[in-house]
Amino acid sequence: MNENIKIRIMSLSLIVGFFVIWEVLCIMLGVSDLILPRPSEIAVTLWTRFPVLWPHILQTLYATLTGFSLGVIIGVSIGVLIGTSRVAYGVAYPLLVGFSSIPKVAVVPILVLWFGSGTTPAILTAMIICVFPIVVNISTGLATTEPDLEDVLKTLGASKREVLWNVGLPRTMPYFFASLKVAITLSFVGAVLSETVASNRGIGNVMMTASSNFQVSLVFAGLFILAIMGVALYAFFSFLEARVTGWATRGKDIAVT
Amino acid sequence: MASATHPQPVHPRPAIELHETSVVFGSGEKAVTALTPTTLRMDRGDFLALVGPSGCGKSTILRLVSNLIKPSSGQILLGGRDAAAKEMRIGMAFQNPTMLPWLTIEKNVMLPLKIVEPFKRSFQRDKKGAYRDRVHALLAQVGLKDFANHFPWQLSGGMLQRANLCRALIHDPDLLLLDEPFGALDQFTREELWQTLQELYLDRKPTVLLVTHDLREAGFLARRICVMSARPGRIISDKAVTMPQPRDIGVIYTPEFVEMTQGLRELIAQVRK
Repeated sequence: MNENIKIRIMSLSLIVGFFVIWEVLCIMLGVSDLILPRPSEIAVTLWTRFPVLWPHILQTLYATLTGFSLGVIIGVSIGVLIGTSRVAYGVAYPLLVGFSSIPKVAVVPILVLWFGSGTTPAILTAMIICVFPIVVNISTGLATTEPDLEDVLKTLGASKREVLWNVGLPRTMPYFFASLKVAITLSFVGAVLSETVASNRGIGNVMMTASSNFQVSLVFAGLFILAIMGVALYAFFSFLEARVTGWATRGKDIAVT
Repeated sequence: MASATHPQPVHPRPAIELHETSVVFGSGEKAVTALTPTTLRMDRGDFLALVGPSGCGKSTILRLVSNLIKPSSGQILLGGRDAAAKEMRIGMAFQNPTMLPWLTIEKNVMLPLKIVEPFKRSFQRDKKGAYRDRVHALLAQVGLKDFANHFPWQLSGGMLQRANLCRALIHDPDLLLLDEPFGALDQFTREELWQTLQELYLDRKPTVLLVTHDLREAGFLARRICVMSARPGRIISDKAVTMPQPRDIGVIYTPEFVEMTQGLRELIAQVRK
């Protein structure tokens, strides 16, 4: 426990130290705030412009979470389908790999073409980008379930659905949550990316506009907001993970990494 | 206890009947015969130990009876009907305790009640009441009273096997199938568990089919011992164990017992060649 606190304190000092050094270097080297604003300037911008930024924050959060939720539903469905059937696994995997290797940036213009600019392409980008890691993890978890564990249920005469429900899915939970942590971050990237390209709302759009107006500290304020939201979402899913899959780590207090 | 809940017919069919049953894995040149045509009958309430060298098909018979695999030829009847008909309620314990790591011992042991009829029907209603009490009573009988809310990784190998036995018995199976359940345990723990199993057997009188490498285990627990030959397996000896039950653990040091296990040992040594 003591060790844990020590690590937390050190981790916090590293973060604080990072900003202090940034601030000091900017002052010492006389860096123009058009190139790299000081953290203190960014903080002031954040504070004064917050009422204007707030709706954009909500917009980005909305697009991210909606896309993410859709992605989870689709990802879990496909994952369960191909994870429980050896045939489906073999048949569908190459196509999935093909899809996943497409850079998602390249998809945004197509989505804009189909759905116009705005919220829809942001949601869809967030969705598409997070499906694959979920599919891979769910199907791997299911496909690698120990036959011994399944036999326990089969000897009792359990149906396929009961085996999946009582053994396959619980056993896949650690994989699922590992993928959720990756997926939520990716969804976030996807939503902001789409906003940057084709939207008049959202943090991505704010940064784009601010950049073309040389409001550099506002660009960085947007970056800060993204970082904070990203960390918050990640931490939320880490917390859920620790609650649901504590058995896999034997209930040890694992640091949010 | 079991007979109170399942009234048995006047002329009950044997619990297990194998008629010229064989199992072949794969086909063509790669085909592996796991079990040559074997015939075996087992009466209800009997305790049969199946011994033999490794790879002889002992576990194959168990997997056949538990409906995990299908026979390639021949027939397998449980209680006079096809194994797939689920005429007999089955409880099974493997060498690996196979507790589900995300469930507490209590919930692991309760699992069959969630899956098997008629318990399944009222599982949602009874899982916090009658079923919970039932699980706790059985855990207490094997000395795991205080471990109901522990997770599997918090228990020793011997304790896990006790829990495993509980899970195999919680739904009052007609047929208890044991696949080397004590193989991975040290001698003291093993002897303790033999006594626990004997108690549970005499208390509930299921039909027990035990697969084991351990001749003393077979001799101490079983009423009948079948010896199988090396791969491909065949039953080459079928003998009753006449010593009355319950048996004291000291029985394994009596001349009569030693003579019996010695006979089995020589038989197996011959068929291994």
